[in-house]
Amino acid sequence: MFAEENGLKGDPRLQAISQAIRVVPHFPKQGIMFQDITTLLLDHKAFKDTVDIFVDRYRDMHISVVAGIEARGFMFGPSIALRIGAKFVPLRKPRKLPGEVISEKYALEYGTDCLELHVGAVQPGERAIVIDDLVATGGTLSAGVKLLERVGAEVVECACVIGVPEVKVMIYYLLAGAGLLESHFMFLLSRVKQTNFVEQYQKVAQQLSCSPSKMRLHF
Amino acid sequence: MFVVCRSNSSSFRSVVAATRPCFSCPRFPPLIAIPTPSSSIRFPPLRSFSSPRQITRMASKVAQDQQDSRLERISSAIRVIPDFPKPGIMFQDITTLLLDTKAFRDTIDLFVERYRDKNISVVAGVEARGFIFGPPIALAIGAKFVPMRKPNKLPGEVISEEYSLEYGTDKMEMHVGAVQPGDRALIIDDLIATGGTLGAAIKLLERVGVHVVECACVIELPELKGREKLGDKSLFVLVKGAA
Repeated sequence: MFAEENGLKGDPRLQAISQAIRVVPHFPKQGIMFQDITTLLLDHKAFKDTVDIFVDRYRDMHISVVAGIEARGFMFGPSIALRIGAKFVPLRKPRKLPGEVISEKYALEYGTDCLELHVGAVQPGERAIVIDDLVATGGTLSAGVKLLERVGAEVVECACVIGVPEVKVMIYYLLAGAGLLESHFMFLLSRVKQTNFVEQYQKVAQQLSCSPSKMRLHF
Repeated sequence: MFVVCRSNSSSFRSVVAATRPCFSCPRFPPLIAIPTPSSSIRFPPLRSFSSPRQITRMASKVAQDQQDSRLERISSAIRVIPDFPKPGIMFQDITTLLLDTKAFRDTIDLFVERYRDKNISVVAGVEARGFIFGPPIALAIGAKFVPMRKPNKLPGEVISEEYSLEYGTDKMEMHVGAVQPGDRALIIDDLIATGGTLGAAIKLLERVGVHVVECACVIELPELKGREKLGDKSLFVLVKGAA
């Protein structure tokens, strides 16, 4: 699931990519440690390496569709698509895509949201990957996978720059719950560093004078 | 829809010279297509005593033909959706361009060819369709990519610029510290209509001491006179459409 467990262990590029990502505490609200990839985009070498690693992985898998989730998936998806000779298909929030679309609802912490895909953008039988900057609960990615499968595409893999380790179990559960195959596993370049994560988590809990177990982390 | 590729700044000649591969790193395959013997481009016969100027002119003409056929394909790959987002608006939909791998690659190539030797250090892309074109260009020319976003999307410290919409106003934000004074920037969006969004982006960058070299869009809607909102900044577009 994580790149370092998938043949990229010790790859120096991964460390630089991880270090280029900055954490912004209390965004979008108190208690949330936001993983900000914009600093990665400012580091040309790290950004290029990120794209290279995804391209190396998918180049020979006969992928014809790279689906990127609005909006940070748009920052990584097209470069990968161009390099592997695939189409880029944006998966968007409601009412952004003109013309005929299909939609898929998914759960948020409070309430629901919706992802849309253009009718006709993807043909049955196409092999697709879904890209986003980060996976937390997996809700958005699941919606993306469902949309593609509804039009008959085969989702080969989901790929994100960042994954949260604790979420691994949740993702399998979510995907299994939706009746999707286990092959929709995640390829993730960077984990939120375990030790930093715990420290940050505890520090914020201290500041908020609440028990860490009462805090929920979202990215 | 007719096709043109021009800038209103005389410092940028838009003649495309014969292409050559752009390698910033051995892993990066060339983005720029090099004509192969099997390509349909016909090279005009060279006379045995052609002067260097004649050869340059012939090479320019061939390159120009190549560029025109790329632009034609790009233009036909864009679809127009009438009455979106509301009646009377002819929406220029670039998602169909993204489905045509050659046309999408050509789009990026055309921008990269223009900006690669201009010492651009920042490509600023306007949310959200600017995020589709900006990063591949930034990667190819060795620049940083900086997203210009709707309010409350960027975490941490931001600066904002308000701009007018048809009814009301909107706001654009950029991270503090993403760009430095003296950076040379290119602003990218899929389309320029009234120019309000691009005008705001120019102001944001200039407020922090960046030199905006040019604005670049895939499509311009000239009837809406967007260029007038860009001040003294030049605009480069690939395709023009009807509003």
